[in-house]
Amino acid sequence: MHELGVTFYVIKDVKKIAEDNNVYKVDSVTLEIGQVSGVIHEQLQDCWKWAIKKEPIMDCAKLLIEEIPAVTFCENCKKTYATVPQGKICPHCGSDRTYLTQGNEFNIKEIEVLDQPHEVILSEE
Amino acid sequence: MTECNMRRDERVETPVAEGSTNETRKVRVIEVKESVFHQNDVEAEALRAELSQKGVFMMNVMSSPGSGKTTALCALVNRLKEHLRIGVMDVDIETSLDASCVAEATGVKSLQIHNGGLCHIDAEMTKRAIDAFGVEDLDLVILENIGNLVCPAEFDTGSHMSMMLLSVPEGDDKPLKYPLMFSVCDLIVISKIDTLEFFDFSLEKATANIRALNPNATILTISAKTGEGMDVLADYVMKRVKG
Ligand SMILES: Nc1nc2c(ncn2[C@@H]2O[C@H](COP(=O)(O)OP(=O)(O)OP(=O)(O)O)[C@@H](O)[C@H]2O)c(=O)[nH]1
Ligand SMILES: [Mg+2]
Ligand SMILES: [Zn+2]
Ligand SMILES: [Zn+2]
Repeated sequence: MHELGVTFYVIKDVKKIAEDNNVYKVDSVTLEIGQVSGVIHEQLQDCWKWAIKKEPIMDCAKLLIEEIPAVTFCENCKKTYATVPQGKICPHCGSDRTYLTQGNEFNIKEIEVLDQPHEVILSEE
Repeated sequence: MTECNMRRDERVETPVAEGSTNETRKVRVIEVKESVFHQNDVEAEALRAELSQKGVFMMNVMSSPGSGKTTALCALVNRLKEHLRIGVMDVDIETSLDASCVAEATGVKSLQIHNGGLCHIDAEMTKRAIDAFGVEDLDLVILENIGNLVCPAEFDTGSHMSMMLLSVPEGDDKPLKYPLMFSVCDLIVISKIDTLEFFDFSLEKATANIRALNPNATILTISAKTGEGMDVLADYVMKRVKG
């Protein structure tokens, strides 16, 4: 399944960032996913919950997803339009000389981390 | 675990300020802003450079399941093996015999890669396979990727050339449905053209659909069954390998 494959890449990247930054735990991971990147969010969440259990540094991390809308540009009339549901044919002029300008992303935007165990910080206050 | 039960409202969200010594900060935000595919691209570039340095040319072959990759590769290898030292690596989700088929039909060195059920093979997996395979004595390594038009397109394997097969029974509108795959390949081969008379497949439409996505792609037509177009394909690959 595609979602499981990409989950492993996210985990690998996040683990490296967390280790490089000497963090205690990863609290959340925010992804930017393009609307037409072909990833199903619910399936990604399911894969995430299953896969992080094996990674102590992020075994409780929440996965937050921000969707980037898909936008297509028409070379003929130089206008843009929403790719979904329109598709490849420009609604303004009917041309098919169009290309996607955004909506295919799969980025790690940011991660939230804890630098120390939470309890310790609370008791210090 | 404690952290799992942590309530959101307990947290003090402080943006990371340079040199900040805020004692109450519990959660720190690390901005990443990087494509998930970035690391793979880096590894792919390194593998490509390593192969080039060894004088090995790698060709990545992709298509839907059953488009005729293994059959076409056997026919291709038989036309090239007099001139080039060739190795074939086949990736399969579950055990399959593609690699031994190629080995039997052509007599060249082959390796079957099992990738544990993933939908594609990435640069790191390819590198491990190459290291296990041993390519120092080869001019051309052919990687038969997993039958899938989505994921292999997103993962650069480190190959020098990407070829995809579009078989006639799949239809001439395939490029519209899988634009990325048709955009990333330098060679698009329309396969099984001996079946053209049985299907509603227009070579003109298919070519136009591909051109719209990838104006620079080379488009060839073959039938591995009758051998039509195979010599042209072999010449093309030969030229690419010889640089
Ligand atoms: N008519 C015709 N059939 C072909 C041709 N090439 C392959 N086939 C048939 O298509 C089927 C699939 O061919 P394969 O070569 O195994 O396809 P593949 O892409 O390697 O398949 P997977 O590795 O399973 O994705 C087989 O039954 C072949 O005999 C061709 O040129 N013409
Ligand atoms: Mg095959
Ligand atoms: Zn996939
Ligand atoms: Zn337009």
